[in-house]
Amino acid sequence: MSDSFNLEIVNPEKLFLSLDNVSEVVVPAFEGDMGILKDHISIISFLKPGIVKVFTGNEVKELYVEDGIIEFSENSLSILTSRIIDIKEIKKDDLSSMINEANEALKEENLDDQKRFIANQKIDVLNRLN
Amino acid sequence: MASLDDLKKRITSVKSTQKITKAMKMVAAAKLRKAQESAEKGRPYSDKMHNIILNLSKNINDKENAPKLLAGSGKDNVHLCVVMTSDRGLCGGFNSNITKKAKSYFKKILDSGKELKIVTVGSKGFDQLKRAYKEHIIENISFKESKNVNYFDADKVGKMIIEKFEKGEFDVCTIFFNKFKNVITQIPQEQQIIPLKSENSEDKNDVMNYEFEPEEDEILNNLLPKNISTQIFKAMLENSASEQGSRMSAMDNATRNAGEMVEKLTIEYNRSRQAAITKELIEIISGAESL
Repeated sequence: MSDSFNLEIVNPEKLFLSLDNVSEVVVPAFEGDMGILKDHISIISFLKPGIVKVFTGNEVKELYVEDGIIEFSENSLSILTSRIIDIKEIKKDDLSSMINEANEALKEENLDDQKRFIANQKIDVLNRLN
Repeated sequence: MASLDDLKKRITSVKSTQKITKAMKMVAAAKLRKAQESAEKGRPYSDKMHNIILNLSKNINDKENAPKLLAGSGKDNVHLCVVMTSDRGLCGGFNSNITKKAKSYFKKILDSGKELKIVTVGSKGFDQLKRAYKEHIIENISFKESKNVNYFDADKVGKMIIEKFEKGEFDVCTIFFNKFKNVITQIPQEQQIIPLKSENSEDKNDVMNYEFEPEEDEILNNLLPKNISTQIFKAMLENSASEQGSRMSAMDNATRNAGEMVEKLTIEYNRSRQAAITKELIEIISGAESL
């Protein structure tokens, strides 16, 4: 596989996913979705709540991330995130509780724009999954 | 000399103590495996985080406008110490090792005329420090309810620290915890987390040229608070592995000591039983002879 690169996804508890034959990853970067292919320029960016799509051969894996930071250098991509869930494993109850959580966060007083944006984004993504 | 009955009672009591310590050792050993595993699993995250921050801070040329969490508040007057201990006792020198380390640091701070503030995580540390440093302790956090170390607890502590920092309540923050080396050795550690100490990694001259999206400082502003939570989480993981390891070896020692004691007491018991029998025999014989 000449067009593939390494991917490592870690959360604080463990190494969530480690693949060495990824052909493309689409991440919900803070300033818009970003597709990463092999030989991308070295980049550091952070994520907003959204879906990470991992393409390996003909397979597509979709993961929900709540936040995170990505680093790409020398054809290896690291994604650090505090909460990540495989969409296939997400349960209805979890979804609604996460939506509630975000709604609660919106109610908080003196919310700055960035936090409001993130919470709205979260609700948006979660509703779409619902 | 204790009577036979007393000896017998003591032997039973030591034996039941031994049973308890043995059971605790087993439990600690089982928990240790789990704690050690999660400590090892947690390492990639904090290592990666550290690397990214290192790369980022190298790319920041404008040191003066760097985020305060990285550069500090420019002062060195108020020190916040986060002392992380366990919530349970019976784990050998685990808690006292941390507090000993912390106390010597406190002394240094106070001797140099600086202000000291303490946050204790875990109730044992609070118990040990409240006598001498009660007026310095500003907060006591304990996670007795959560069974396992989890990131959200660490995040809570991290957020609290950052909030205090932003209010200007302290200038330097240091955390104290036990680093898990192996079952027998745990090393008490102090680690400065605010301002972030850039370890002397100047030897790595190959500064990577990264593209940043958004700008460096915006990423840093976002990342540094997370790094603090991550460091605290790492400390908590190391601590829980150390606690179990320390408890395991302490309980192992206790079990062995109890075994020795039972042996000694049994010998004493048998001797005095024999002495009593001999005494009775002598009495009978001398009684018979006098007839």
